[in-house]
Amino acid sequence: MTMKRRTFLKGTLAGGALTVAAGSGLLKPTDVLAAAWPKGAFDAKSEADAVNAYFGTSSASDNPAIKVKAPIQAENGAVVPVTVEAGVDGVESIAILVEKNPAPFATSVDLSGTAAGLYKTRIKMGKTSKVTAYVKAGGKLHTASSTVKVTVGGCGG
Amino acid sequence: MAKLTKVKTRTKGDTTEVLVLVNHPMETGQRKDKKTKQKIPAHYIQKITFEHNGKVVADANLGAAVSKNPLTAISIKGAAAGDKIKVSWSDNKGESGGGEATVA
Repeated sequence: MTMKRRTFLKGTLAGGALTVAAGSGLLKPTDVLAAAWPKGAFDAKSEADAVNAYFGTSSASDNPAIKVKAPIQAENGAVVPVTVEAGVDGVESIAILVEKNPAPFATSVDLSGTAAGLYKTRIKMGKTSKVTAYVKAGGKLHTASSTVKVTVGGCGG
Repeated sequence: MAKLTKVKTRTKGDTTEVLVLVNHPMETGQRKDKKTKQKIPAHYIQKITFEHNGKVVADANLGAAVSKNPLTAISIKGAAAGDKIKVSWSDNKGESGGGEATVA
């Protein structure tokens, strides 16, 4: 049952995507919405480059107040829950990077106003890798990491 | 394809967690269709914006490395019951959506 459902889902998704592609004649993402989206960071192939592109600096110090909660072993690399709790004041942004992914920059969030230092999401991981959180607070970059073992990768499908 | 967006809040002490679940394929652009051997074009959410009482409190950037049907959460300090939370997202194909919730 599960397998059939999987095949069915893949089929419908592919069908839908191709129709859209054929309809518009373009496969390019729209530039209007991507204006504020940090493309440079997402395109970077190494973790240092990505951090540099997003934060403008890659010098970060380890901080035990930053907590990265991720499973020690992920059975399914396509869905790895990651929680970042930043126990520091004045958190401006949080970024999550996966060292061994083809594009290490997974996601980030810019916080302001009443937001507290927490970011939770689910990411894909190709293979066993270090998951690092970069937290910008008070103009400084703090970091913490956690290693996740992946038995089945989530980037091939 | 209709895309569902669910927004939920959970209050614990003075912090309120805002959970967002979007029904979205999050295609990386790396996968190949087994039948046609064509690459499935990338299709993923790039931005999720959280608003608390009309003020933007968090602006999340997502890449293709975020799992499909992404569940994202942030937390807000000192939200009172009845406060409005608005979430909106947009993807790389220009599709967008959003949802609202009230702090319980």
